[in-house]
Amino acid sequence: MDAIILQILNGLDKGSAYALIALGLTLIFGTLGVVNFAHGALFMIGAFCAVTVQRVLNFSYETIDPSQTDFLGNPLVVKTPYVFSWFGPETGASIIDWSVPLAILFAIPVMIVVGFVMERGLIKHFYKRPHADQILVTFGLAIVLQELIKYFYGANPIQTGAPDVFRGSFDFGVMLGFDPNVIIYPYWRLVYFAFAAVIIGAVFAFLQFTTFGMVVRAGMADRETVGLLGINIDKKFTIMFGLAAAVAGLAGVMYAPINSPNYHMGMDFLVLSFVVVVVGGMGSLPGAVLAGFLLGILESFASMNEIKSILPGIDQIIIYLVAIIILLTRPRGLMGRKGVMED
Amino acid sequence: MSKTNLTRRGVLQTGAVAGAGLALPTYLSAASHTGFTNAPGDSSVTLGFNVPQTGAYADEGADELRAYELAVEHLNGGGDGGMLPTFSSKVLDGTGILGRKVEYVTGDTQTKSDAARASAKAMIEKEGAIMITGGSSSGVAVAVQGLCQEAGVIFMAGLTHSNDTTGKDKKANGFRHFFNAYMSAAALAPVLAKMYGNDRKAYHLTADYTWGWTQQESIAAATEAMGWETVNNVLTPLASTDFSSYIAPVLNSGADVLVLNHYGGNMVNSLTNAVQFGLREKQVNGKNFEIVVPLYSRLMARGAGENVKGIFGSTNWHWSLQDEGSKAFVKSFGTKYGFPPSQAAHTCYVQTLLYADAVTRGGSFNPCAVAEALEGFEFDGLGNGPTLYRAEDHQCFKDVLVVKGKENPTSEFDLLEIVEVTPRAQVEYAADHPMFAGGQLGSCNPGA
Repeated sequence: MDAIILQILNGLDKGSAYALIALGLTLIFGTLGVVNFAHGALFMIGAFCAVTVQRVLNFSYETIDPSQTDFLGNPLVVKTPYVFSWFGPETGASIIDWSVPLAILFAIPVMIVVGFVMERGLIKHFYKRPHADQILVTFGLAIVLQELIKYFYGANPIQTGAPDVFRGSFDFGVMLGFDPNVIIYPYWRLVYFAFAAVIIGAVFAFLQFTTFGMVVRAGMADRETVGLLGINIDKKFTIMFGLAAAVAGLAGVMYAPINSPNYHMGMDFLVLSFVVVVVGGMGSLPGAVLAGFLLGILESFASMNEIKSILPGIDQIIIYLVAIIILLTRPRGLMGRKGVMED
Repeated sequence: MSKTNLTRRGVLQTGAVAGAGLALPTYLSAASHTGFTNAPGDSSVTLGFNVPQTGAYADEGADELRAYELAVEHLNGGGDGGMLPTFSSKVLDGTGILGRKVEYVTGDTQTKSDAARASAKAMIEKEGAIMITGGSSSGVAVAVQGLCQEAGVIFMAGLTHSNDTTGKDKKANGFRHFFNAYMSAAALAPVLAKMYGNDRKAYHLTADYTWGWTQQESIAAATEAMGWETVNNVLTPLASTDFSSYIAPVLNSGADVLVLNHYGGNMVNSLTNAVQFGLREKQVNGKNFEIVVPLYSRLMARGAGENVKGIFGSTNWHWSLQDEGSKAFVKSFGTKYGFPPSQAAHTCYVQTLLYADAVTRGGSFNPCAVAEALEGFEFDGLGNGPTLYRAEDHQCFKDVLVVKGKENPTSEFDLLEIVEVTPRAQVEYAADHPMFAGGQLGSCNPGA
């Protein structure tokens, strides 16, 4: 029982990331009809927004400490972050410590601009092209973006820590009557899950309760009719692209402390997120979220030793296996709408 | 009706002329005269540096390339000479190798065996490389070593730590200066027993490929010999990025030590995940829970940041060593590039010098003469103290460093501190040791 609870918890944070990426993918697909293979790269750029903010906050001035030497035997150059001298060492250290949450403020405008430029500069030229062309061009764009990140930040993962207050893990086991240390879960992953829930809730509320959202939903259902009513649906869809980019970016920012960002992390998530979209049902936002959590938890279960000892390697194929079963039994996915991608 | 001029005699004549024409360059090449592949001309010799320039180990590959360029500069008489003055063998005089200027070509292994073999093949067949060196993965090293054996060129391995490279996959044309998983374990286990006691239960997470398997086998055997119990060993896919589902069951297993047989991005992520789970703050079996990383790399430690503090591991070489050779190399590399070299850079630099030295001592670029000069060669002055290139398996035997993540680093390079320099005698093993059994060195292949 404890192992089952543990793996459900483990699946939540990965499921959160899948759900957030798949949500953005579905938004873009539903509104613009574009299969965006560069969406994983947006997640990666979000994570590197956190890295950038951390680096900016660590910008330092140099002083020479003659009492110490560097690796060449020269007097040691000591670097002190400017925030230490501006706000004092204690407050400065706290600001640096909270660099990841602070990066959210930086990432939102950056991601919206990146999304806007991507849509206006490249993707809009492919709206009327076949899906294969869209996939090729967005996949190419993803490679360009990840190579740019590698050029500026290097190939190795960059540690981007969560605030100290979230270090360590919460002992759920004790709360549920188990022995200590049986069911533990890191605080930051709980924060990530809560954050994902808030973002998902906010996107749904935005689409459900605002006039803008209503128009977008109407456009997703019947773009032509909405256009005939005199509404500039293209402009609204461009804003939706920016919004989807921001969602992916925020997912990346908050994921940075979970796994140190590296240039390849977008690709790692992209393929699985597409499976999530297909399993959830093309164009279905609730389906994307549901499938995200479902597959995240299943993946977690599949890496249990007890299951791997019976079915070696199952952890690497479980998502695809489940996708095959679901698509065989429900060809439109869990919550797919009739008519979407069926023409 | 069409008329053709094609006759049997005409086809035979044309075929003979074309065949002779195609064969002529090969016949006229130096190789066929001298009896070995890619024999150099009188003015220059070409070395092939096969390093990961793209992919996850690109940073390590870049550092290897810097070291190779520095070695070439020193061999050709440029710069401050680096380790040439400290090297116990004094035959290298800065005039290239056997009077030929050293030139080089580079290839990108991409840390993929197929890509690495293809780039090595291109350097040998198209660019005339007489020796291939480099790499940052055991899978790549084993693949390229096999290719070099077939092609008849010397392979001077870069960073490769699997026992198999000089164990079951050893080849007569391949040589490894870097230490291996057995040596890491033999050096590390006594330190772990001293620090954490003999009554420990270890849980292993192991990268599921040749290096991970031999690393786990070695460290488990060495720690069990100290009295530790191995509770579990879980193989993790090399492509894993999130290890939380593997780490979550660790505390409930009764283990009080987690051994991460991971390298590179795997190590950074698994260690970060383990620290996130708060394992290091836990008490199990009345003891502090501990984490061990058997193979450390400074470049990778940088990725794990603060998480490496206080964690024990081993390394082939570290820039803070104070022997004359290491100091000369760090000064030379640091002055040229502005930061200290990594262990990958060190082994690559040393391998280049060792190859040049062997050619000079053997008086020939013939791979068999080079192999003979390297086999059983005892040297000093290249870091790590007195070193032997063992003839039986082409593995270097030297001191091994046990390190731990530094608690209070003074700079971004100051991440590891040396806990112990384990003497060579403690990490030596018989050439027919069971962990290295299964392969044959064979005989050297000069190619051509």
